[in-house]
Amino acid sequence: MDLLASIFVDPFLRMAGNPTFLTQVVWEGFVSGILYALVALGFVLIYKASGVFNFAQGIMMVFAALALVGLAEMGMPAWGALVAAVGVMLILAIGIERLVLRPLVNQPDIILLMATIGLTRFLVGLGEMVFGGEPKVMITEGLGIPTGVVRVPLFGKFLILKEIDITAAVVAVLMVGFLAVFFARTKIGRALRAVADDHQAALSVGISLERIWVIVWFAAGIVALVTGIMWGARSQVSFDLEVIALKALPVLILGGFTSVPGAIVGGLVIGIGEKVGEIYWGRLLGGGIESWLAYLIALGFLLYRPQGLFGEKIIERV
Amino acid sequence: MLYREVGQFKTTYAADMAVFPIRQDRIGILAMVAIAAVGVPLVANDFVLTSIMIPGLIFTLAAIGLNILTGYAGQISLGTGAFMGVGAYAAYKLANAFPEVNILVWIVTSGVFSAMIGVVFGLPSLRIKGLYLAVTTLAAQFFLEWCFVRIGWLTDYSSSGAIEAVRRSLAGMPITGPEAEPLTRYFVVLALVIGLTWVTSNLVHGRIGRTWMMVRDMDIAAELMGVRLLPAKLLAFAVSSYLAGVAGAMMVFFWLGAAEPSAFGISLSFQVLFMVIIGGLGSLLGSWLGAAFIWALPVVLKFAPGLVGIEIASATVEHLNSMIVGALIIFFLIVEPHGLARLWAVTKQKLRVWPFPW
Repeated sequence: MDLLASIFVDPFLRMAGNPTFLTQVVWEGFVSGILYALVALGFVLIYKASGVFNFAQGIMMVFAALALVGLAEMGMPAWGALVAAVGVMLILAIGIERLVLRPLVNQPDIILLMATIGLTRFLVGLGEMVFGGEPKVMITEGLGIPTGVVRVPLFGKFLILKEIDITAAVVAVLMVGFLAVFFARTKIGRALRAVADDHQAALSVGISLERIWVIVWFAAGIVALVTGIMWGARSQVSFDLEVIALKALPVLILGGFTSVPGAIVGGLVIGIGEKVGEIYWGRLLGGGIESWLAYLIALGFLLYRPQGLFGEKIIERV
Repeated sequence: MLYREVGQFKTTYAADMAVFPIRQDRIGILAMVAIAAVGVPLVANDFVLTSIMIPGLIFTLAAIGLNILTGYAGQISLGTGAFMGVGAYAAYKLANAFPEVNILVWIVTSGVFSAMIGVVFGLPSLRIKGLYLAVTTLAAQFFLEWCFVRIGWLTDYSSSGAIEAVRRSLAGMPITGPEAEPLTRYFVVLALVIGLTWVTSNLVHGRIGRTWMMVRDMDIAAELMGVRLLPAKLLAFAVSSYLAGVAGAMMVFFWLGAAEPSAFGISLSFQVLFMVIIGGLGSLLGSWLGAAFIWALPVVLKFAPGLVGIEIASATVEHLNSMIVGALIIFFLIVEPHGLARLWAVTKQKLRVWPFPW
């Protein structure tokens, strides 16, 4: 009876008893959820356009952030380093398309997945060799990212919001909006949607698959760079951030591989769910459940909907 | 000219269906076993044994385990590392709880525990398919890793959180623990791995293996043809986790001597997955080749610059290593997506018709 109470009653009492703290927890979850969603967004872009399950998205994020900080450390001004980092992502996109995707076209999913895992290993080695393996501090000042703290009064107490988190949320929203407009309104965006719909039909009306792939990988690279800057500013820039890429997997699976709204909703569900779960239920199990709770949440959803919340219905024919 | 099957007539159906129908293959495999059992111990020093041969063999077993699941039954798994961990912890607990029973019994039994855990995490595979299934096994990976860290009972509440191989003997010779000679451990590992490969080979060449392959190729079609998916998939999970568990137990007892929970992390899962993919999905030979390749490559790369007289800082070597392994994986996938096993099959075909092109 006590056990049931501690699972089903106590956490809710604690939530109701201190609504400010609950809001704080939800906000923290919301921010990390948004960043998970951004990583997942990069996955979705690439999966839709090229059918590649890009495991390297997380590493691209670290690599982009590392390139930015590394170049700034080499004496570049912050904005110059930002432009250069964008350039690095473009080169990366072209290189990946030429050397990895083009020769592997039409291979089974798992082979492409393995290729991106190989790419992950390659980028880890390259990043550490060029920019050094030790954790770096993100150049927040140079980029004009505020690092202060805002206190918002709520229910008689104060909610503490880091400016950096607010910036992350705003940037994420802007970016999703920009991508939505880009997909819906521009010629390239239309071509991208055509390719996502049907490769062969797109080819037959004269859309160059190769060019689209470069664009998509570049777009994913930009998303990775932005995500990397935000995560880097919240903690540090190092390959430990790779874990976040693995967190993006349940997000992706929850939302469905092919759905941009799914990635966002999935990110928020996972982000908020794991924070609230850790804070209010974690102590029952001795804490640290954040490392696997996300997967369990995703698993629960999957058992109900095997294609993810917003995924296309899987129709199997013999 | 040596590789001709001319004149080898098969008079029974059994002979035709043999795993090695060609005499040269049978001689070749016996020769390989003889080299491993006699040749290697004669020439190899302790370093080669402990850092290449023993781990290579252990990883071979883990790769065979994953190959059953991914290569034969078509279920993607990213949780091999954790299942290896379950085996290791089970062997540790059993060996400490019943010291009078021979350690080999516990090594072989430990897999049963990881098989049970594997079946539990295999249950969702009936509903979730393909890459989506990867998340289930990832859940297993992270959940089990968390268990290894948090549940003190598993490590007998040791302060370091690590498990250690205790000293156990076989016929008066120490085979585990710090006093065990590398050579003794090598023989034990070799015998276990070859034995289990043989068992697995019989399994995949029989009715069960065919069922798995039907499920892999298309599970709905298999179901319509009378394969019961639940037992077939769960059996694949069980056998796969069993082999992984035994490999994990061997990893702690015969190779590392002690292991922390982080040893069974996600990177171990990926390493085994690399071996399976590079070696060839759905091929036992591939598991051997893949494990040898992925395990030996970094070791070779580490010492190659020194041999040709180039001095590189060890950190740089590490990074270069990572880059080269990554690039080679992509290269191999491009050249031969079906892995080293297919490469060998192609070579064999070429040898048969040599000197003619076909």
